[in-house]
Amino acid sequence: MALLEVENLTVQFYTEDGVVRAVDGLSYEIEAGETFAIVGESGAGKSVASLSLLDLVGRPGEIVDGEVRFRGRNVLELPREELRRLRGNDVAIVFQDSQAALDPVYTVGEQIVETMRAHEVASGREARERAIALLERVGIADAQSRYSDYPHELSGGIAQRVLVAVGLSCEPDLLILDEPTTGLDVTIQAQLLELLEELASSFETAIQLVTHDLGVVAECCDRVLVMYGGRAVERAPVEELFYDPAHPYTAGLLASIPRIGADRERLPSLPGGPPNPIQPPTGCRFHPRCPYAEEVCATSEPDLVETETGTAADATRQDHVAACHEHTGDLEDGLGYAVRVVDDSPDATRGTSPGGSSGRGHDDR
Amino acid sequence: MSIIRYTLRRALTAVPVLLGATAITFSFVYLTPGDPVDVLVGFDHVDPETRAALRAEYNLDRPLWQQYLLWLGDVVTFEFGESPITGRDVGETVASRLPHTVALGVASWTLSLAIGVPLGILAAIKQGQPADEASRIAALVGIATPNFWLGLVLLFVFAVHLGWVRVTPPDAPLVSLEMAWFVILPTVTLATALAAIVTRLMRSSMRRELDREYVRAARARGLRERTVILKHVLRNASTAVVTVAGLQIAFLVDGAVVVEHVFSWPGMGQLLVESIGRRDVSVVQASVLLIAVATVAANLLVDVAYAIIDPRIRHDR
Repeated sequence: MALLEVENLTVQFYTEDGVVRAVDGLSYEIEAGETFAIVGESGAGKSVASLSLLDLVGRPGEIVDGEVRFRGRNVLELPREELRRLRGNDVAIVFQDSQAALDPVYTVGEQIVETMRAHEVASGREARERAIALLERVGIADAQSRYSDYPHELSGGIAQRVLVAVGLSCEPDLLILDEPTTGLDVTIQAQLLELLEELASSFETAIQLVTHDLGVVAECCDRVLVMYGGRAVERAPVEELFYDPAHPYTAGLLASIPRIGADRERLPSLPGGPPNPIQPPTGCRFHPRCPYAEEVCATSEPDLVETETGTAADATRQDHVAACHEHTGDLEDGLGYAVRVVDDSPDATRGTSPGGSSGRGHDDR
Repeated sequence: MSIIRYTLRRALTAVPVLLGATAITFSFVYLTPGDPVDVLVGFDHVDPETRAALRAEYNLDRPLWQQYLLWLGDVVTFEFGESPITGRDVGETVASRLPHTVALGVASWTLSLAIGVPLGILAAIKQGQPADEASRIAALVGIATPNFWLGLVLLFVFAVHLGWVRVTPPDAPLVSLEMAWFVILPTVTLATALAAIVTRLMRSSMRRELDREYVRAARARGLRERTVILKHVLRNASTAVVTVAGLQIAFLVDGAVVVEHVFSWPGMGQLLVESIGRRDVSVVQASVLLIAVATVAANLLVDVAYAIIDPRIRHDR
């Protein structure tokens, strides 16, 4: 049994223009201690999927189908008090906008301490000392004085670290990080990622990293799930995803990573924009933007299948799956891209260019 | 900046406001037609020497600015003088009425908050549900009802018809059971509109805060729902209500003129009306000063409460 099992998760939003399926039949698993990435454009449903793990999707959204099992128990059907005890204690979320996620009228320390108190992890003087130790742990200088700072007195990078400290305060088994590096400048990003890697291994915490930045994924993740228009289009171990992307959308994402010393003048970009969430395209949702789309792509929706065998994907197996007709055998001409691996010494570029650390480049034909 | 320094600085800015307010009312009263000496002598014909003597006695022969400074000098030593009309000490006159107004004011203020705040929170949490709708209608009715009408209806029903209370205040000390019993109706009358406003304000502020990311984050941290609402959302949502409730304190002191009249309540409102009718300038002046002080104090209180609630205000500048 995996630590987290998400099965057929479906979330809808009821808007004035119609019903939006933000997450559509999403399934995946995370093992204890694993670092798992969910990648996709904004609006792909990554954040909504993360909120669903703690049943935090508020109105106008609603989880209409599926199960989220944490240690085998369905989170979505837990009684109120048990759900509360799970939140923050077993599974914690670090929100994207760190300034907004902190209550402006309480000090940083108070918000860490009250979290520990809510789960009876520590209280009083001990909680205070642990909070200061945590702030030091996430790399905040003069943690002692930061403890009594208010959120508006913090810079973006510090606020993000504080939020990580809050997330770690009850030593959760799973830490969800929603775009933790957005809005931070590159050096701070690199520091934060290193910190997360280190913390994940020392706290033995599994991480679900939600991001649109494949560079960040290459840096620190074990496995990756690529989402498009609310659906999973590819899931693979990180190496395989970068060496052998099995979905044209993934290939497009990889091709659009900026690289230092890239021998082209313009970055290639995926044509078109994200699919209309109210009336998604028929068939494969990506087909209007896909350079290899054929007739079948517009009419039939490809299932998530194993890229090797073409058999239906199983959420419990940690292999390479993708939702493209190429792998179900329905695509006549195949996917016409090749992956070019640029063998520049991988470690030389580490930290200077997102994606550069993988040492690989991807090109369309 | 510490709360104490913030408060002191705020308090200092109140001094020019008080000077301005009293100076303006002082000159306004003297700009109104009629010679105070006429009132003093009861509009009789008296010889110019007597008039001059009276002028000199009350400093009326001096320039206006000197009169103001003299008055101010007396006031800062709490010396309000004697009313030329009633012959009674002005300070004592005001002091005899003030407790009635304060008692009624504090009672209705407390009642309106005790009703409005919980009702507003409830309505915000139960958005769109029957409790919310009911509170909305109740608040609408509360705001739309004129208080003199409500007072008369209450008197008619409970005093005249049912005979549960007297129509006029009992001849009893202010702090007594009979008085407390009587004060219920005027309290309800005064509290209704304020409770309605507080309810709506509380609800809308709570709704706005409930959509904030920190609320979701607080729930994600596994805090109890009661903690999320009462510790986090309520504190962030309370500034608007604090403003209204704070400024209402000022209105409590000048007394609800109409409601005091309906219930024959011997408070500041009644005194003010009587004194204006009698052209009792000294009492009007003292009352206005009291109202000005109360307004300034209420504003100061609101500012300080703000700074306590929201650290961003304390740290500003």
